[in-house]
Amino acid sequence: MKRSSWEKYQKTIPDDNFYYARSCIRQNFFPGSEAAFLKILKDDLGVDVFDDAKHTSCTGIGYHSDIVPLETIMTVVARQFSLMNEAGYKNMVSSCITSFGLYTEILSMWHHFPELEEKTHDNLKKATGRDFVKPECVVHSSDLIFHFRDRIAAKAKKKLVNSVTGRPLKVVEHIGCHYAKIFPTAGIGGSEFPYVLAGMVESWGGEVVDYPERRHCCGFGFRNYLVQANRGAPVANSRQKLESMAPYKPDFIVANCPGCTMFLDKWQYAIQQMEGVTYGADGHGIPVLSYEEMAGLVLGYDPWDLGMQMHQVSVEPLLMKLDIDYDESHKFLGNNGKYISRPTDCGL
Amino acid sequence: MAAKRVIVIGGGVSGMQAAITLKKQGMTPLLIEKDINLGGKLCRWDRLFPSQTPAKEVVESLVGQISELGIRTLLCCEVSEIARNEGKIEVSTTDGNSYEAEAVIIASGFDLFNATRKEEYGYKIYPNVITSVDLEEMFKEGRVVCADGKAPRSVAFLHCVGSRDRQVGNCHCSRVCCITGVKQAMEIKELYPDCNVYNFYMDMRMFGSGYEELYTKAQEKYRINFIRGRISECSGTIDSGVRIKAEDTLAGRPLKLTVDMLVLLVGKQAPALNAKFASELGITVSPDGFLKGMDCFENATRTSVEGVFVAGTATGPKNVGESMSEAVKAAMDVSEYINTLS
Repeated sequence: MKRSSWEKYQKTIPDDNFYYARSCIRQNFFPGSEAAFLKILKDDLGVDVFDDAKHTSCTGIGYHSDIVPLETIMTVVARQFSLMNEAGYKNMVSSCITSFGLYTEILSMWHHFPELEEKTHDNLKKATGRDFVKPECVVHSSDLIFHFRDRIAAKAKKKLVNSVTGRPLKVVEHIGCHYAKIFPTAGIGGSEFPYVLAGMVESWGGEVVDYPERRHCCGFGFRNYLVQANRGAPVANSRQKLESMAPYKPDFIVANCPGCTMFLDKWQYAIQQMEGVTYGADGHGIPVLSYEEMAGLVLGYDPWDLGMQMHQVSVEPLLMKLDIDYDESHKFLGNNGKYISRPTDCGL
Repeated sequence: MAAKRVIVIGGGVSGMQAAITLKKQGMTPLLIEKDINLGGKLCRWDRLFPSQTPAKEVVESLVGQISELGIRTLLCCEVSEIARNEGKIEVSTTDGNSYEAEAVIIASGFDLFNATRKEEYGYKIYPNVITSVDLEEMFKEGRVVCADGKAPRSVAFLHCVGSRDRQVGNCHCSRVCCITGVKQAMEIKELYPDCNVYNFYMDMRMFGSGYEELYTKAQEKYRINFIRGRISECSGTIDSGVRIKAEDTLAGRPLKLTVDMLVLLVGKQAPALNAKFASELGITVSPDGFLKGMDCFENATRTSVEGVFVAGTATGPKNVGESMSEAVKAAMDVSEYINTLS
């Protein structure tokens, strides 16, 4: 796919000085990704990024489920900004797409309706005694990996190439809805042909797969999955995407949203259990990676240090394609060498 | 009395028609055209609705008259500046020359909407997403095929691409796209009777004589499927088809359709040059960017500036016949104006 249109959508991404806002849920499902992000930025790239234990959830899940009101979430976001000010940082990098979308949306609302910002200052003061200054720049953590993709390529130990055939790996990239569908100019490449993940894949030797349901939502849609009776809808949406991409025989999926990465991975198990259908080669699933995991593999990190043993779909077929030397016996050992148990083996 | 000189900017159908009429009125027109040929955008067109007259016939007739009447024509010549000084109109061109005249007719036409701006349709990304102009060129070459050289088995047309669309800043209706969509859909069926053809529209605006009849014929004789609804997005399929997601607003439900070819009926928009003319001469432009006549009725080809006249699609989307009629009116108004000078 020729997609020069992405060049129209550029955004300012600073080189340094970031306050890191973690996701509420990522550490449960992809536990090594955020640690890998910090390690890549700090150790491999020498970027100043601050990981602050004081910040909270942005409450986006509650907001999008109509539980947390707008005024409350604005105040919570203002507190994150206040913590960033306190730590001496001026740029915010968000690990979660929903948080990123919310920060962007709230800053836009404050821009267009300054009285809302004033009210938020008052609310934060009353609730915590704090005040805040808005960040100079808000980016998503995939923006930063994209920004440094060439520096990562220069340090790469592995390329996204099939070690047997020598051909580029075929990669499906899935972008979280809240990355650029709310504000196309907030994302690299806009909302129709986003380039934030495609740029990484191409820089590291892979080939991006375009498929009919590329833009389709994974089905996460908060209220859908939070209400158990509605969960058929999220599964159906993920299934629609998986059915659409399967004919292209992708080697793996990479996503930049906590919910999407989880759903595209976990629902493959659910669909296999419900319908006996799998979408990858030889009855396996299609491995689903976060972009930090993809970057980590390129940089030569151990897949188990990246937390890839926690995936529902086994990553070993992909590791073999990449000719990554991994120790199967270490797969389910924690940092202290203790057995950490293993997920249900569904043959994916 | 020496023949009075009138500059006509734009060598499309209205510019040529205006120059011809001026000459027949005893004036000396100077026709300035930026392209290498006269004819404007009609040079890229195959046949004209509703009569299926070859566009070439219209262009050749006008060019023939220009030649026979000995009208001076400057080709590959762009206007760089235009001013009104001491009752005269002075037009400078990018080749460094300048020309003086008693009056000027601005017949600078329109720009086609750049379909890449509607990113969701994937023009220039998916090879089988083309525009109505691309299709017309295919008709002209006598070869309407998909990117792989095969005949299309299904074709969808999308109306109002870049027209009636606030998102791209074009609130106006381009008027001729509806009938163009009907005409081209029928031409596809004539070429490939087994091809399934779909037209996605907001409203069918069949304003001209014979248009409604053509629309009826398209449905009854050619069995073209007219679906009221917009296409929300297009994607490529593994066999180079185009997957369409749309809404059928009459059925009240979303739909998905895969076709071999998608044709975007691109609208007309005001040329960038209009703003320049407006600022240099002090004439007014409409909110849609097209030049504004003094009124919408008897003074539609006169402007608020003495000696400056307008004709054709420079003032808004029109079909070929309307453009030519307006050009005649503009030339007659110029003639009347010049007579008042002497």
